[in-house]
Amino acid sequence: MKTLKVMTSLVACGALAGPAWAQVNATQGIEDYRAMLQDGNPADLFEAKGEDLWKKKRGPKNASLEACDLGKGPGVVKGAFVELPRFFADTGRVQDLESRLLTCMEVLQGLNAAEIAATRFGRGEQNNMTALATWISAESKGMKFNLPTAHPQEKVFYEVGKRLFFQRGGPHDFSCASCHGEDGKRIRLQDLPNLTKNPGDGVGFAAWPAYRVSNGQMWGMQQRLNDCYRQQRFPYPGFGSDATIALGVYLGVHSQGSKSVAPAIKR
Amino acid sequence: MADPMRIRAQMAGDKANVRVLMSHEMESGQRKDAAGKLVPAWFIQEITASLNGKQVLAAEWGAAVSKNPFLQFFIKGAKAGDKVSVSWKDNRGDTRTDEATVS
Repeated sequence: MKTLKVMTSLVACGALAGPAWAQVNATQGIEDYRAMLQDGNPADLFEAKGEDLWKKKRGPKNASLEACDLGKGPGVVKGAFVELPRFFADTGRVQDLESRLLTCMEVLQGLNAAEIAATRFGRGEQNNMTALATWISAESKGMKFNLPTAHPQEKVFYEVGKRLFFQRGGPHDFSCASCHGEDGKRIRLQDLPNLTKNPGDGVGFAAWPAYRVSNGQMWGMQQRLNDCYRQQRFPYPGFGSDATIALGVYLGVHSQGSKSVAPAIKR
Repeated sequence: MADPMRIRAQMAGDKANVRVLMSHEMESGQRKDAAGKLVPAWFIQEITASLNGKQVLAAEWGAAVSKNPFLQFFIKGAKAGDKVSVSWKDNRGDTRTDEATVS
């Protein structure tokens, strides 16, 4: 009996001393890997670039974005991310972070918004857009999502987003809900959050923008949604289109009260 | 001109824990572009770190290191307030040096 006890404690010690050797299961191994990555998240680099871009005078009007109103008043960045998308009276529409930045870049800096929206992700001004979104999201890290839902347009966008989320189509007859409508699903090693309800702190809407280790790219929410549509073999939605914003409202409202961990790090 | 590095240097016991994030494409030279042509190799080749001007680390890197590399090391005998400087040089001859203070 005594020998048995000694052996059990030895086994326990072994498991503690070398998690790399004695992985309990694959999930734990992935968790360990993610924890290691977390310490040196290259999103930091994009964050620094974004902060620079926010303060830098650019564009035909040679202006910075410091007067940009992200919903909490001109120039207020902290806490803005967790209250987007929302309705903006000046443009008369609901906007998410990236479409709002597009407005600011056009109005304040005189840049061509249509041209930027048509630029492919990861090229030219789209890179700057992602960097800005990364920095702005980082300024609200750890804060809880609290999207405004009082405006009639915000209500409409939620309803539209919900319909889009469940709309099936394309050659695979897929909807967002096909992958994100149940608990405990995954694609390969990626856990798929159930986005029809609140997925919790730092999951789903609360985890983007994020840095992708596998391809070394920083992705904003617009690119995330764009890629979801690619995986469904749908035509790409336009950058900052009402459809993507409506989905953002649907996801954001569900994340009510959950903490943002953006900018996060992914596989 | 390359983007700046992010250097964090914190005391952990009698050693300084230094964590460096570098912004670099780190092209391996194995990939092909959309036209099927090889993308030329472009990576950090030499990396050095010094504490108050005295070299404490030198390494030669190759194409197998990831994009936006992360480097972590410990410096024995460092004190809070010491200056840690890290420099790299890539195979195109581009260089970058950044400095941080141990806290």
